[in-house]
Amino acid sequence: MTTAGTVTGTPPAVWLGRINPVAQIVAILAITVTALATIDLLTPAVLVAAELALLPAAGLFQPRALLAKTWPLLLSAAGVAWVNLLFSASGGWDWTGSAALALRVIAVALPGVLFVASTDPVRVADALTVHWKVSTRFAYGALAAIRLAPLLVLEWQAIRLARRARGVDAGRNPIAAIRLFGGAAFALLVAAIRRGSRLALAMDARGFDATAGSTERTNARGSVLRSRDHLYVAGAVLLCATTTAASVATGLWHPVFSS
Amino acid sequence: MRVGAGPAAVDVVGFGFRYSGRPEWAVRDMDVRIEPGERILLTGASGSGKSTLLTAMAGLLGPDSGDARGAVRVDGRTAVQARDRIGILFQDPESQLVMSQAGDDVAFGLENRGVPAGEIWPRVRAALDAVGFGYPLDRSTHALSGGEKQRLVLAGAMVAEPGLLLLDEPTSQLDPDGAELVRAAVARILADRGTTLVLIDHEASPWLPLIDRVLEVQFGTTQAGVLELAPRWRPTVPVLPPRPSAQSRSNGTQGPLLPIGSTQGVLHSNGEDPLLRAAGAGYSYRADTAARPALALTDVELTAGQVTAITGPNGSGKSTLGLLLAGLKAPTVGRIVASPKLAGRLGDRPPHRWRARDLVHRIGTVFQNPEHQFLTGRVRDELSLGPLRAGAGDRAAHDRAEELLQRLGLHAYADANPFTLSGGQQRRLSVATSLATRPSVLVLDEPTFGQDPVTWAELVGLLAEARDAGTAVCLISHDARLVDGFADQELRLTSGVDHRQTAGFTGPGAAETPRSSDDQLGRNPTK
Repeated sequence: MTTAGTVTGTPPAVWLGRINPVAQIVAILAITVTALATIDLLTPAVLVAAELALLPAAGLFQPRALLAKTWPLLLSAAGVAWVNLLFSASGGWDWTGSAALALRVIAVALPGVLFVASTDPVRVADALTVHWKVSTRFAYGALAAIRLAPLLVLEWQAIRLARRARGVDAGRNPIAAIRLFGGAAFALLVAAIRRGSRLALAMDARGFDATAGSTERTNARGSVLRSRDHLYVAGAVLLCATTTAASVATGLWHPVFSS
Repeated sequence: MRVGAGPAAVDVVGFGFRYSGRPEWAVRDMDVRIEPGERILLTGASGSGKSTLLTAMAGLLGPDSGDARGAVRVDGRTAVQARDRIGILFQDPESQLVMSQAGDDVAFGLENRGVPAGEIWPRVRAALDAVGFGYPLDRSTHALSGGEKQRLVLAGAMVAEPGLLLLDEPTSQLDPDGAELVRAAVARILADRGTTLVLIDHEASPWLPLIDRVLEVQFGTTQAGVLELAPRWRPTVPVLPPRPSAQSRSNGTQGPLLPIGSTQGVLHSNGEDPLLRAAGAGYSYRADTAARPALALTDVELTAGQVTAITGPNGSGKSTLGLLLAGLKAPTVGRIVASPKLAGRLGDRPPHRWRARDLVHRIGTVFQNPEHQFLTGRVRDELSLGPLRAGAGDRAAHDRAEELLQRLGLHAYADANPFTLSGGQQRRLSVATSLATRPSVLVLDEPTFGQDPVTWAELVGLLAEARDAGTAVCLISHDARLVDGFADQELRLTSGVDHRQTAGFTGPGAAETPRSSDDQLGRNPTK
């Protein structure tokens, strides 16, 4: 039962994981704004190329592992392109426009994949609370919840099997299948709430709720912004600026809110 | 930030508590004084409120949890104010760990209390040493066993150097090795420092050498309060139900003590053909074929009227074997074979391919967590559901439910929601729902886990009735008392199976592979 146990496990010490999470988030925001501002082909193509170049830095070497993490993204990109191809206003086959839209989806989503693959959630919580003064109650509460996720996967399996053991299955009846799924989902919700409230009690017992009062919570690991973090953000902003400039200069740039 | 040091005193004065939204008091009229450095065992029947009392001592029952009467003071302050002097350990380690790395988790409590970052790591290391945690700080908390996790949680409580340590059934969710790890860690801490200790544990005996005084929490209609028990107090050991025909049983031809894989080792305990058997059945997760299998090749036979225990350490595949025998999972190698008597018109089809309604009156399953298998909003409906699904009429299903309600003493709760029952009641109900369809085979995963002696005896009584009615009972259990006293045969699974021996599992013709000699047939306790 260990297949689900890797959600918050120690991440590999990959290069991208050493960039401070807040620096990564700023870079992601810059890329997102740049990609969403235009619907030309050049801008997302350059951004995706840059993102692909960062894959090894996030520890994503193997095509299979990469595919396992990105197939929903690739599927939705293909879907967007397909829909655009079918319904494009001009009447003809708008290959360029469809490819641009698909690349745009990838350009916006791939940084998220890189971030999740490379960065330990604990460091994210540390960085958010230290640098951006995000509520510690929110950040570390979310962290504890993430830790419970693999346990809920196991509970879900047990709940599904228990239904069969009680003599309840849907057979080939789709309505029964939906009802069965709904019942199991409710049971999982109950289990999740129980576990969550037990965890909250245990956290309060270790002084977690004291942060609401006089005591300022400290951080044992700290979160330091080094020069490489500043360089990383600068690099991302520079990439966005040059890409947009090149796009404008070649006359391809097409702001999203113009017709 | 340390407020005083040394052991704390506890004063409970006329204390009562009622959870918000509940009409009745969970505890009332509690009076007790615990001196600094004393080590107290709290006992009391299920529902006596000892857990509520302990939670109150931890300062975790604030005004928003319910109405309180009287007071609980720790070193003269209210328990809520004195929270920085108190550490508490609950049952389930999974619901207490916060961080993904061991060191971070221990540091969590110090961070919350505002300890400067520079002081934290030396104290974290000292706390981990104090509980005997032998891994580096960056050890993933997911990779620890239950006992190791609980040790880590204990370090997380001890790192704040509490004057009062509260343990709320710290070993009830652990296997015997894990429980021993936790007891050893507590003993180590108490030898180091004079912390005041208050402990609740159903498995009281192994703790007694550490304990100064035993207090019983009483809560009934006539009396309530805390009673001091005699210094020589020992927990009552529940009595096993007698075997109806021990003589006729023991003259059966028990297999000799051979590895179960050899032909003589196959269990024909009472000369009857088995109802259900695993023939070289094993299980591997598809995702990690390189890793060792979740269950090594296993043979076991379940015979009518016999109790088979499956034991072994965590990770040896006990629960997986249970799911295979229960027809809930398909083995990835080998077969699960139902006898014609069990399968009936289903013929040669393996149990995992039976329809649920066919399965439910042939093989019953009781899961570790009763709440996973409750499907209705009323205890009564819960009991009649199985018979209805199996095709019994409304009348018959209703009668069966009534009969079981009487038998279980749950009649007063017939219309209650199963989720609102106590842990012991839920456990009895989950066993009864499986018995409701009168299955020929019953598979139970840790049926006595964390149960008090009263519930324990009732559960074993239910199982003995099923056995005497001819059910083949299969127990997956760590409970030595249950296995030694109740099982007719024991299959002990071993983890850490040598990889070379199991390498041929997934290849063609794997069913003919010589069976793993790691699965040993244990002794016959009825001899």
